[in-house]
Amino acid sequence: MSVKPNSTPAESLSGKDCTQRPPDIPLGGNNIINEDLGTYIIEIDHISKWFGDKQVLDDVSLFVKKGEFVTILGPSGCGKTTLLRILAGLTMTDKGSVRMNGRDITEIPPHKRPTNTVFQRYALFPHLNVYDNIAFGLKLKKTPQEEIEKQVRRVLKIVGLTDYEERDVESLSGGQQQRVAIARAIVNKPQVLLLDEPLAALDLKMRQDMQMELKQMHKQLGITFIYVTHDQEEALTLSDTIVVMNKGKVQQIGTPTDIYNEPVNPFVADFIGDSNILNGIMKSDFHVQTMYQDFECVDKGFAPDERVDVVIRPEDIYIMQRNDSAQIKGVVQSCIFKGVHYEMAVLTEKGYELLIQDYNAFEAGSEVSLIIKPNDFHVMHKEQNINVLKGVVENSNHVSFLGGSFECLPHGLETGTEVSVRLTDRKIELMDYTDEGGAAGCVSFILYKGNHYQLTVTADNGDEIQVYTNEVWDDGDIVGIRILPEDIIITPLKEKE
Amino acid sequence: MKKILSKAYLYLLLLVIYAPIAIIILYSFTDSKSIGQWKGFSFNLYTSLFRGEAQHAATISSAITNTLIIAVIAAAISTILGSIAAVGIYNMRGKSRQAIQFTNNIPMINPDIITGISLFLLFVSLGISGGYVTVVLAHITFCTPYVVLSVMPRLRQMNSNIYEAALDLGATPSQAFFKVLVPEIRPGMISGFILAFTLSIDDFAVTLFTKGSNGLETLSTYIYADARKGGLTPELRALVSIIFFTVLILLIIINIRSSRMEKGNR
Repeated sequence: MSVKPNSTPAESLSGKDCTQRPPDIPLGGNNIINEDLGTYIIEIDHISKWFGDKQVLDDVSLFVKKGEFVTILGPSGCGKTTLLRILAGLTMTDKGSVRMNGRDITEIPPHKRPTNTVFQRYALFPHLNVYDNIAFGLKLKKTPQEEIEKQVRRVLKIVGLTDYEERDVESLSGGQQQRVAIARAIVNKPQVLLLDEPLAALDLKMRQDMQMELKQMHKQLGITFIYVTHDQEEALTLSDTIVVMNKGKVQQIGTPTDIYNEPVNPFVADFIGDSNILNGIMKSDFHVQTMYQDFECVDKGFAPDERVDVVIRPEDIYIMQRNDSAQIKGVVQSCIFKGVHYEMAVLTEKGYELLIQDYNAFEAGSEVSLIIKPNDFHVMHKEQNINVLKGVVENSNHVSFLGGSFECLPHGLETGTEVSVRLTDRKIELMDYTDEGGAAGCVSFILYKGNHYQLTVTADNGDEIQVYTNEVWDDGDIVGIRILPEDIIITPLKEKE
Repeated sequence: MKKILSKAYLYLLLLVIYAPIAIIILYSFTDSKSIGQWKGFSFNLYTSLFRGEAQHAATISSAITNTLIIAVIAAAISTILGSIAAVGIYNMRGKSRQAIQFTNNIPMINPDIITGISLFLLFVSLGISGGYVTVVLAHITFCTPYVVLSVMPRLRQMNSNIYEAALDLGATPSQAFFKVLVPEIRPGMISGFILAFTLSIDDFAVTLFTKGSNGLETLSTYIYADARKGGLTPELRALVSIIFFTVLILLIIINIRSSRMEKGNR
């Protein structure tokens, strides 16, 4: 449960500033980095896509082995569906290339690709019955009538809809329609099956049944599945490999176990499973300080006193009656029964709130002790250059950055000088109205750090800053950004380089 | 009391609206020279209309043929043009889509007389002499927006992925269009065709301006000319009644179809 001493390619992706990334390293993730390139059925090579001025895919690369079940996982708007559509040929990429079986298919239209897609809302043809829907692709290929009948019966059996041939598709339930959609795709024997949130419209029970059936089908058919979902549980259950995406960028590629146990950044840790994410300082190898306390851990290779993010999964914290051997003392704030386990929020003596899952219940108000084992701390590098921005001097005491203008201390630089602006910690204030403060932005990511919130605010000019606050903001809130003059440190760019 | 009054008002209103056509229909069932004279109930006007015994019988029948031919051609062509246009508009985004939809609505609210005059001037300036061609072109012009309007709702209700699904399953764009898109919008196309057909039969002002001086007459222009010449030929009362009921039936069909389409999507 540690970060590898040598940064993996996926890690280098976690930096928001893409110039930090070494340009030559393939972005396939450590699971496949050294393997023979010839074994990949799909090679997505540095693709970028814009819709208007909005960049939906930012230099995405992905390599998929034949027969693999790959899940592209991310919140809505992260670009995962666009990536799938580019594979299907329904959307064209603006930059980069896509190869399938070594052949460049970037410009190939969808009807000539060896892929078939299962759409989110099924997209069955309402004017055709089940049989004709499934036979659609085969008829276009001029397959003989008897062969079509045989194939349709075969796939109907696979999806468990034998004898439904004559049914009107609109009379079927959601689950049955989805089965027809899958049958319609697999009857063409595609080399790659693309699935765009195929289970999103189904209820929980049906979804779980279909997950199992999909996994079974994948085994039986032996074709490559590319599966898009926003449901992390679904991704963990189904996949051989998970690709976590956010804001058009690949965050991490790995097996479900890797992704869960060794998230490369707070986003992945927060998105996959529940987690406690805290600020910490790496005092030395195997020693991390967090929650104002020193802990033993198994991570090494950090700079002395490097500031880090520490992830502790809620099921990895041991909770017991108050005793002397405890590492951490706390009081239970709330206790909720979750079926298999209880979920408790514990406030520690030092003022941190921790989420804990345990089979034993401790009532709210009970005094408890907590123990965390060294290998249950997962330590991650913090992003470099947080809150260091590019700006331009406006006049003797104003500088513009983040798409706005801020008062700063007198600096003696000439108007128009390009400068690097560093903001000191914890001094950025968010305001309810955009005209308060020097610039405006939008809250784009929220992380609870045990005793405060860490917000990522995307300013109007696209730059991002991190803000630490005790106030509660929502994702998507439009805010004004106020920074005091003494917290803005300006250095001319030229001197720095 | 209040209820009776409001009902009475409704019936009075309906009476005023339908009185003119009702009088013509009523007097189509009596054998008199002019409206106002009731000479007892008879089908004589209808029989003489169909036997071709009326005055200018040949002109009447050619006017009927002209009307129907023009209506069928204009409706067919505007259905094709309008459907293609609707698909195009459907695939547009944002402002340009709104702009086009607005532009599409203008010919519908434009007074017929203006459409007629402007087409007349256009044909004259292009040196196209009035006749079948100009009338058909003119009818296509004012029918097409209505077809667009009747096809658009079908497209909006359609799952936008089905065209892509067809491409994905190996259909070329044109195969996907004919095998998937057209069947989906077909009900809208049929409604649009019927609507265009009735509009074309119905039209007077635009036809009058574009029919030219070669003696081409449609029903509406013929009836107008006939009435001006010295009273309406009595048989035309029967003809007007028949047209009224034909159009009425077509409109009922359109309404039933559109209410069925709505139900089907619930």
